[in-house]
Amino acid sequence: MTDVTPDSLAAARPPQSQWRNVWDQFKTHRGAVWGMGFFIFVVLAVTLGPYIWTIDAQYIDIRARNSGPTLAHPLGTDQLGRDTLARVLEGGQVSMAVGITAMLLALVLGAAIGVVAGYFKRLDGPLMRLTDLFLALPLLPLLLVIIMLFRDTLRAAFGPETGIFMLIVFVIGITSWMQTARIVRGDVLALKEREFVIASRSIGTPSRRMILRHILPNVLSPITVSATLGIANAIITESALSFLGLGFPSDFPTWGRLLFDSTDYLQQYPERVLWPGLAISLTVLSVNYIGDGLRDALDPRIRGR
Amino acid sequence: MLNYSIRRLLLAIPTLIAISLIIFLLLDLAPSDPTANLPLTIPPEVREKIRQSLGLGDPIYIRYLLWCKQFFVNEPLNILEQWFGWGSGDRLRVLSWQTRSPVVDLIVERMPQTLWVVGMSYVVGVLIALPIGIISAYRQYSWFDQIGTFVSMVGFSVPTFFTGVLVIVIFSVWLGWFPSIYDTTHQVTDWESFLFQVRQMIMPVAVLALFNAAQISRFMRASMLDNLNQDYVRTARAKGLRERTVVMIHVLRNSLIPVVTVIALGVPQIFGGAIITEQVFKVNGLGQLLIISIQGGDLPTVQTLTFIFAVLIIVFNLVADVLYGILDPRIRYD
Repeated sequence: MTDVTPDSLAAARPPQSQWRNVWDQFKTHRGAVWGMGFFIFVVLAVTLGPYIWTIDAQYIDIRARNSGPTLAHPLGTDQLGRDTLARVLEGGQVSMAVGITAMLLALVLGAAIGVVAGYFKRLDGPLMRLTDLFLALPLLPLLLVIIMLFRDTLRAAFGPETGIFMLIVFVIGITSWMQTARIVRGDVLALKEREFVIASRSIGTPSRRMILRHILPNVLSPITVSATLGIANAIITESALSFLGLGFPSDFPTWGRLLFDSTDYLQQYPERVLWPGLAISLTVLSVNYIGDGLRDALDPRIRGR
Repeated sequence: MLNYSIRRLLLAIPTLIAISLIIFLLLDLAPSDPTANLPLTIPPEVREKIRQSLGLGDPIYIRYLLWCKQFFVNEPLNILEQWFGWGSGDRLRVLSWQTRSPVVDLIVERMPQTLWVVGMSYVVGVLIALPIGIISAYRQYSWFDQIGTFVSMVGFSVPTFFTGVLVIVIFSVWLGWFPSIYDTTHQVTDWESFLFQVRQMIMPVAVLALFNAAQISRFMRASMLDNLNQDYVRTARAKGLRERTVVMIHVLRNSLIPVVTVIALGVPQIFGGAIITEQVFKVNGLGQLLIISIQGGDLPTVQTLTFIFAVLIIVFNLVADVLYGILDPRIRYD
């Protein structure tokens, strides 16, 4: 009985690549598919949107200030008459760029430290103590301190926008790699005992080739899942910093900054906080759903069912 | 277990020293000037004297050691002497540059607001999260589970600075039910003032509780699901135990083990992580103190506060590990 089942299964289904299987499982998670759709929509909107909605986000039309939704300004205007839709689109560009770059930085750092700590026994102790140290740091206060203190130096060195962008990406990346490093290290430790790794070591594969060919492709799935969580985390952190007034300057819109600026007019124009807030929340929600779906899809124990 | 705890405590000491050094160096490297907010009419040489009087002229290791002495030796000794009436208890304390008052006094002054609002929200969050997690897992894929997981996903994704502003718009701008600003000078003396206190606490507590409950209920649900399919559950049912006993005693107790440690790990966030919510509702707690002192370049306050946050994180990590060992007999540290 038991030895018939795999054969009949194999006969029923033509052989598929692994990523095809993952995609099939991913498609069954309704929230993840919606999240994926929405995320692609947001990315397209913030990259292509400014070409379609051509009003300049910085253009001040003082006669049209504080207007509600009209045909000329579908989401209304702010206290200087700048178009809210254009500002949300442009702010989205910055927020998404910060989110994705900071995630990549954290991912590279985390994966590198995780792989090295798991693979080289001698470096395991020091690197993991370093990870524990970073996990024990109070992150949000520290982020605030770093940004407050180094903002002016970097602004002078690289100009207001690039300087702040680099600073924020750097501090978010440097403070969010620890979870990835821990997960990757655990997986590498388990992989090291597997037969194929021992076999390739026995034929004298050098460490570099071993890591690139055999270890990294096998830890790709936890890295992918933490990538999605990393984007969500980075977007929220950037908006939180901007919201506390310590992020980008006010003439440089990001979603958090727009939300922060509109809270000053909360009594008169409460609807104005809605658009940037919704943009942040829905983007993060969609990314989290993608992460949920990916985790199920990449888990071989669930995928077979 | 005792051995393990002592070892961990000893290991925590170098970590804490490293953290305090990192924070100190970071603050020192930064080109911030504590006299920048003083009036421009002060001549440069007087300004320089002010800087000297703040101790900025000394080399960095002297300032670091001085801070260590003031914080680790003088503060505890002062407190002890004042309690037992031994001496005057007036050793030099860590002074804030902005207010020229001891930092620890500032912290003690603001602690009650933070504890009330943020601590209450954590308790409420846990109390909401546990039943939701249990029912969601027991009736997996039912409408309750679908709604519960969706709400927790939303609560987990929507940042508190948006939910906070949103509830202010709805409940205090449109409906006018609750005050939008938390009045910290308000004192509870009679029933009326107690009601006012409750009304002003509802919004910040609800916002933070939603966020905490979202995270904890996800853990609770996952942990219950792990346990519900175990063999011992089938055995318990086969013995003829009532369903209530099986779920609420056998499964729940085992599922609570990881959840309790997650709850313990979240406690430090009560003190440090509510900076944003305190800012939204203008609660003058610890988070707001931190923001003010960062903006004013008040290094001793920032240093002391961040260090206290770090201590809390390390202590509660230890508490979580020890709790795990006590609750789960399969975990043996020694």
